[in-house]
Amino acid sequence: MNLSPASRIGLRIFMIVGLAFIYVPLLVVVISSFNTSKIFGWPPDGFTTKWWGVAAENQGVRDALATSLKAGLGATVIALVLGTMISLALQRYSFFGRDAISFLVILPIALPGIVTGIALNTAIRTVFEPLGISFGLLTVVIGHSTFCIVVVFNNVIARLRRVSGNLEEASMDLGASTFQTFRFVTFPAMRSALVAGALLAFGLSFDEIVVTTFTAGPGVRTLPLWIYDNLFRPNQAPVVNVVAAFLVIVSIIPIWASQRLASPKDTAARLP
Amino acid sequence: MTTTVDQRSALALGPVRRFSAFLYRRPKVRLAVLLSAPMLWLGVLYLGSLFMLLISAFWTTDTFTGDLVRTFTFANFSEVLTSPVYRAITVRTVGVALAVTLICVVLAVPMSLYMAKIASPRMQRLLVVAILMPLWANYLVKAYAWRGMFANGGVLEWLHLPNPGYGLPATIIVLSYLWLPYMILPVYAGLERLPNSLIEASSDLGAGAGRTIRSIVIPILMPSIIAGTIFTFSLSLGDYIAVQLVGSKTQLIGNAIFANIGAANNLPLAAALATIPIVIILIYLTLVRRTGALEEL
Repeated sequence: MNLSPASRIGLRIFMIVGLAFIYVPLLVVVISSFNTSKIFGWPPDGFTTKWWGVAAENQGVRDALATSLKAGLGATVIALVLGTMISLALQRYSFFGRDAISFLVILPIALPGIVTGIALNTAIRTVFEPLGISFGLLTVVIGHSTFCIVVVFNNVIARLRRVSGNLEEASMDLGASTFQTFRFVTFPAMRSALVAGALLAFGLSFDEIVVTTFTAGPGVRTLPLWIYDNLFRPNQAPVVNVVAAFLVIVSIIPIWASQRLASPKDTAARLP
Repeated sequence: MTTTVDQRSALALGPVRRFSAFLYRRPKVRLAVLLSAPMLWLGVLYLGSLFMLLISAFWTTDTFTGDLVRTFTFANFSEVLTSPVYRAITVRTVGVALAVTLICVVLAVPMSLYMAKIASPRMQRLLVVAILMPLWANYLVKAYAWRGMFANGGVLEWLHLPNPGYGLPATIIVLSYLWLPYMILPVYAGLERLPNSLIEASSDLGAGAGRTIRSIVIPILMPSIIAGTIFTFSLSLGDYIAVQLVGSKTQLIGNAIFANIGAANNLPLAAALATIPIVIILIYLTLVRRTGALEEL
């Protein structure tokens, strides 16, 4: 783009300031987790890894991490199955009400989390509890799956648009059954889209707090809920800092993984 | 791959094979099977829950026992619409959502412009990752991070920057921070699709950079910007946690809903309040539908 040197420099400075706006708070969290002092202070008093050890030994944190992983895995599996089914239905068939269904899939993330949260909370109280399903890990998984379906759906349907249905017809013409066609033609074509969708769904679930607040049972604490519970307890502050810093650092993993998936050379090598 | 297909099962007409042939002959049955589970989940469970929430907005609670009273009444809606407190909260929330959206647009357009049209291809890839990374960082942690920024003797003061302290301005800053990547990504994608030849043609015809941006870039970019505003606007409308963390005594709709379902134990009123953001978002979606922004999501 033809820009005067002054405006190029201006934009570059803007970009640097923007990145600083994004990263300074995250850096502050990570640095604070190594602060020797028990209370927040800036600049930190000194460097210690003591609190990381304390946090690793903390039973509440360990349980919360396990709960978060279980909820994330459960929601991801359900979202993968349901999201794939809807994308196949919407992409390979045309029928009345198709647009309404694609709108319905987006609705759980388009509406504020608190609306989805209290809606599910009401449903669990009035319908699920009389049926014997009370607030617990299962209800968290149900809540998370509801808004995770859309990310799997988006990834898979984008892939299906690019992979022609002719391949599936050819497979059937050559004598493969519906299930064989899915297993040997459709599924391999979707595989990397499924991995990307699963990654996003897990990330979304791992991160979520609002719907979780309204669907979790009293003993079920995910990591975000644990932080929220302990946020205003002064004696837990160093551990909260460590958990927060931990969550900032692990967010690099999905980015790294999705970059691996996205670059074509690596995809060819890793996902034949 | 062909060698792994089990030849025998393809020839013998087992029950699976017969079922498969049945499905092949009836596409409608195939479609029904594919839609069954997702529709049970989203159509019955999710829409059913939303519907129940809407119904409960017409109920009340017993003031003594706190139990739900299932008699039809418009009392909650009339309270939400006429009470000056809730009106002030609604106006404040919409104001915050608009301010956050504006800040995100003002920050995102120049940043995306730099990313898409000035940075080298290698730099471009790095910057996209740098913008994506905070999206994966935990929402609560990102809001929490700002407590240390705004605190007395916190990072902003250390950097000799003006510190608004906890309150409404802090809420707007933190919400802008939280939703900024949701604005940058669609705007950047829109700019990447914008052909350089258009920009060159504009400058060949004598337009300066400012004129090109105003008359060429922004109009073409409009659907992408609006797609971003859908995120920034609707995410701000429902937020209550960031507000609790840095907003001091600031109350937005989300906080009012949360207070009514929690401490006040008044689900019907909370449900009536929850219809406000739903209605605003539906109006906003209908307004922007004609711009083609929904296809940019």
